[in-house]
Amino acid sequence: MDRIDVLKTYKIFIGGKFPRTESGRYFHMKNDKGESLANMCLSSRKDFRNAVVEARKVQKSWESASAINRGQILYRIAEMLEGRKLQFIEELMMTGSSKSQAKKEVEISIDRLIYYAGWSDKFQQVFSSVNPVASNHFNFSVLQAMGVISVISPNEHPLLGLISVVAPVIVGGNTCVILSSEENPMVSISFAEVINTSDVPSGVVNILTGKRKELISHFASHKDVNMIIYCGENNEEIKEIEKLSIENLKRIKIYKRKTWNDNKDQSPYFIEKCQEVKTTWHPTEA
Amino acid sequence: MSKIDLSTSWNFDAAPESTSHIKLKKQYDLFINGKFIKPKSKKYFDTINPATDEVIATIAEANEKDVDLAVKSARIAFKSWSKLDSKERGKYIFRIARMIQERAKEFAVIESIDGGKPIRESRDIDIPLAVNHFFYYAGWADKLEYAFPNKKVDSLGVAGQIIPWNFPLLMAAWKIAPAIACGNTVVLKPAETTSITALKLAELIQDSGLPEGVVNIVTGAGKTGTAIVNHPDIDKIAFTGSTNVGKLIRKSISGTKKRSTLELGGKGANIIFEDAAIDQAVEGIVNAIFFNQGHVCCAGSRLFVQESVAKTVVEKLKDRISLLIVGDPLDKNTDIGAINSKEQLATINNYIKIGKKEGGEIYQSKCSVSKKGNWCPPTLFLNVSQSHTIVQEEIFGPVLAIQTFRTIDEVIEKANNTPFGLSAGVWTEKGSKIFKLSQELNAGVVWANTYNQFDPTSPFGGFKESGIGREGGLHGLKAYLKFE
Repeated sequence: MDRIDVLKTYKIFIGGKFPRTESGRYFHMKNDKGESLANMCLSSRKDFRNAVVEARKVQKSWESASAINRGQILYRIAEMLEGRKLQFIEELMMTGSSKSQAKKEVEISIDRLIYYAGWSDKFQQVFSSVNPVASNHFNFSVLQAMGVISVISPNEHPLLGLISVVAPVIVGGNTCVILSSEENPMVSISFAEVINTSDVPSGVVNILTGKRKELISHFASHKDVNMIIYCGENNEEIKEIEKLSIENLKRIKIYKRKTWNDNKDQSPYFIEKCQEVKTTWHPTEA
Repeated sequence: MSKIDLSTSWNFDAAPESTSHIKLKKQYDLFINGKFIKPKSKKYFDTINPATDEVIATIAEANEKDVDLAVKSARIAFKSWSKLDSKERGKYIFRIARMIQERAKEFAVIESIDGGKPIRESRDIDIPLAVNHFFYYAGWADKLEYAFPNKKVDSLGVAGQIIPWNFPLLMAAWKIAPAIACGNTVVLKPAETTSITALKLAELIQDSGLPEGVVNIVTGAGKTGTAIVNHPDIDKIAFTGSTNVGKLIRKSISGTKKRSTLELGGKGANIIFEDAAIDQAVEGIVNAIFFNQGHVCCAGSRLFVQESVAKTVVEKLKDRISLLIVGDPLDKNTDIGAINSKEQLATINNYIKIGKKEGGEIYQSKCSVSKKGNWCPPTLFLNVSQSHTIVQEEIFGPVLAIQTFRTIDEVIEKANNTPFGLSAGVWTEKGSKIFKLSQELNAGVVWANTYNQFDPTSPFGGFKESGIGREGGLHGLKAYLKFE
């Protein structure tokens, strides 16, 4: 008799731990043939709130890690992903990708992490300025991380989409809580395992699985979240986010793109979008 | 040492700025498509001198139809203005800068008459900064491709701009200069209590030969602003004002394609460490909160003094404010002018009442002011804590809430513990402490050993509920461009 496969339990990722959703709810993932794949957590508002607490707790220390250190950690994520490439290709194929599509998605994902790893100690130089004020002051503007960012990650390209959105968030010193692809969430939890073994401090990246419909309002309205990133084209959802984010004037970034595999889907401007500009005045008279 | 008692020992002679050279009309119409036209609303409202309660002029009230006309003219003008050779666009703006410079004195006097600010400030700060703002952005017009590496930029279209009453001409400059330098056209609404200098600017723009419809100025109160915000053919709203109104604007435009930048309220922390140059810091505290009667969104309205020097600082501060001259805005010796409007005075007085009711210890300097006009003496509140209303909410008047602290971590936490994040001040002779604070304070502008400094090259704007976007400097261009 053939060996019985050991099936993987997919949980969620909060504060460097893999708990089940506190709600105890799940949804059943099947492949195109109707075969059972996994029970995914149907995350709740409470899971989200717990994740925000973890993200907030670690944000300042992550932001004050040196730029090169953050770059090295992103590079480490890429290394870990490269080492588990085959697993990710297989997992993407389980959920409908062809072999060549899956291979391409994983490879671009790795390269994208390296792309942003390299920006860690450069974007500040590109976007900062020394401002020649008329008075006797040394005046400069630098970027500072927004803080905690909630991310509704793309439905398409469940691995590459998530990485393309999250890498520019964290390389700039933000922490985040992510709702993974609703249609195809399995690979995001495997990616959480990669994060968890890549020296990324606990709480910098938190990943939930579940329904957009249930969670978007909380992602948009939470008062301790500084910014929300939404990937998709549903105008009703966008409008809801715009309305609910007003209470604490959350910054909003909407990505309407459907594909993420082109070089134009990566840019230091994606990092800059998640930064505030801070200007300091210092007298120059002795 | 006995202190000089200014009220008995000697008084300054009155030193009023002459008003003979200013030209004011009795009635001001709307500036649309390069012409002054009567409002379709047929309504006019009074603009009042807050120092004398006298009516200065009547101002047209723009209704929805008037706003629509202004937007249409801006839309038509946009077609050619955005395609005009950018070098020529810049030259028009340089010309406007120069022309304001030539009429600077007239603008300064009118600003003080209409808004109540001391002539010293309108003459030395508001008007020169407005000029410099036009001069700065004029030069950007034909250099935009250097501003954002590897990006192609384009004009947005028609910008609806709504500005406050605290720096009337300066705010108009902050809004108009970058917008038109980037090839946009504008419909600007000044605040209803301070419309005149914007309309004088309109006269000047007419003289400058700027193509018709590039700048349109519609006057009125909240309803006129609403008409701008809700107009379907506006591409971008730029607003400076209260956080509450800013949120209402975001709500109105949600689900539309309109962009927005918001410059909102603040509750700036001004932090004095024991190793600061104390006398200099006391001057800084005064400038932080009493500049422009405290009608400043970035005012240092929360003072944090390190416990070891608190007694000295508060004593010196009390002495210092007893010397501040409150009175005639046109007098060159005046430090604190008139509160901008009766409504604002009532708001400030209400906060003072709340401050007392909640147990704050009040100290006000004695000053004799005219029976007419709106006045508020410089006011300090001691014995207050983070939970007091006057510590949490923006007062927009000459009222300072004073708290003490022991450690650097404590003061960082207290300073950041507010929904606002516009500005902060740090006073210490230790450089590393300045940069530590500058990194840790969640504020768009941090002033080290200075306060309330502004410059067209310096980006200004808030974190959190103090706003979205930056004005000024290279970063200020972004608000008026779209990226391909």
